[in-house]
Amino acid sequence: MQALQGLAWLLVMQSAGEVLSRGLGLPFPGPVVGMLLLLLALRWAAVREPVSACAGFLLSHLSLLFVPVGVGVMTHLGLLGQYGLRMLIVIVLSTWIGLAVTALLLKGKAESGDA
Amino acid sequence: MPKFVELWVYLSATPLFGLTATLVVYVLAQTVYTRLGQAAWANPVLWSVLTLASLLTLTGVDYPTYFSGAQFIHFLLGPAVVALAWPLWQRRFELRQRWRALLVAALAGGAAASTSAMLLGWAVGLPHDVVLSLAPKSVTAPVAMGIAEAVHGVPALAAVFAVITGMVGALSGRALFNLLRVSTTGSGWMARGFAMGTAAHGIGAARALQVNPDAGAYAGLALGVQVLLASLLIPLVVR
Repeated sequence: MQALQGLAWLLVMQSAGEVLSRGLGLPFPGPVVGMLLLLLALRWAAVREPVSACAGFLLSHLSLLFVPVGVGVMTHLGLLGQYGLRMLIVIVLSTWIGLAVTALLLKGKAESGDA
Repeated sequence: MPKFVELWVYLSATPLFGLTATLVVYVLAQTVYTRLGQAAWANPVLWSVLTLASLLTLTGVDYPTYFSGAQFIHFLLGPAVVALAWPLWQRRFELRQRWRALLVAALAGGAAASTSAMLLGWAVGLPHDVVLSLAPKSVTAPVAMGIAEAVHGVPALAAVFAVITGMVGALSGRALFNLLRVSTTGSGWMARGFAMGTAAHGIGAARALQVNPDAGAYAGLALGVQVLLASLLIPLVVR
């Protein structure tokens, strides 16, 4: 029941986020606004306890949620056949650059001790 | 025999097929991944996608039919993004101390990934709309699609790039961090996790969550921050 209540809270926050995002023409997608709203609401135990039960389950299986979009790669085989190798090289290199820049900046911070 | 064919035609056309196939294949891939000691190359997303795509090709089921069932899983991405507030809340005190350093890292890392992807894409001669679709590649797939639409890229292609980016991060992150001598102590896990969430979004974060809880929480935080920064900045900068 806790987890179900938690899911209800997540959906309520997402819906409120969608309404705010579209109603006010915000640049953020609905679920992101929902995340910010939930962050504010978590100070109340009535929200916190059910959400912790549901969020833990949902986030521990996060990778499953990307499978349907991933399978969609097969619908772009034509484009991938033409540019596939070049696209892959670009994606691999830019991902490494992103990972390295972020990790090195934080690594320096962590070691200088001022966190 | 015709009975069997009829039955198959019925089953493959209902949403039940896409949903069942996705869950069963993923559970199997996850089991193998666990048995192999969570080796990066055994990534469950990668193998589930390859298995399902081969299965669909072999059985002649088209993607829209598959997606009519798989959409129930896909739908949960929205609530999962909302749920990212939970790991943030749990670490709110650390965040209050470290938010400047984390924000700088998120901005620099996200900008580095995005601009390097577009520059490299342009340099190797990819078409213009493909280059634009590369801009939001570090952001979780559903958001990447929205951003791609805003900058006149191809949303479906942006989702594909985001998924491949996530897999590259999940597969090679550990080796790269070891090479860069990022430690595996408290602050090292913060750097590793936050980098995974910044440059490899949800798929990288899922990998980080499995490796270390601290890394996972920072990855979740980074993914949330990246969604905010990218949806605000990419449409402003890329025009």
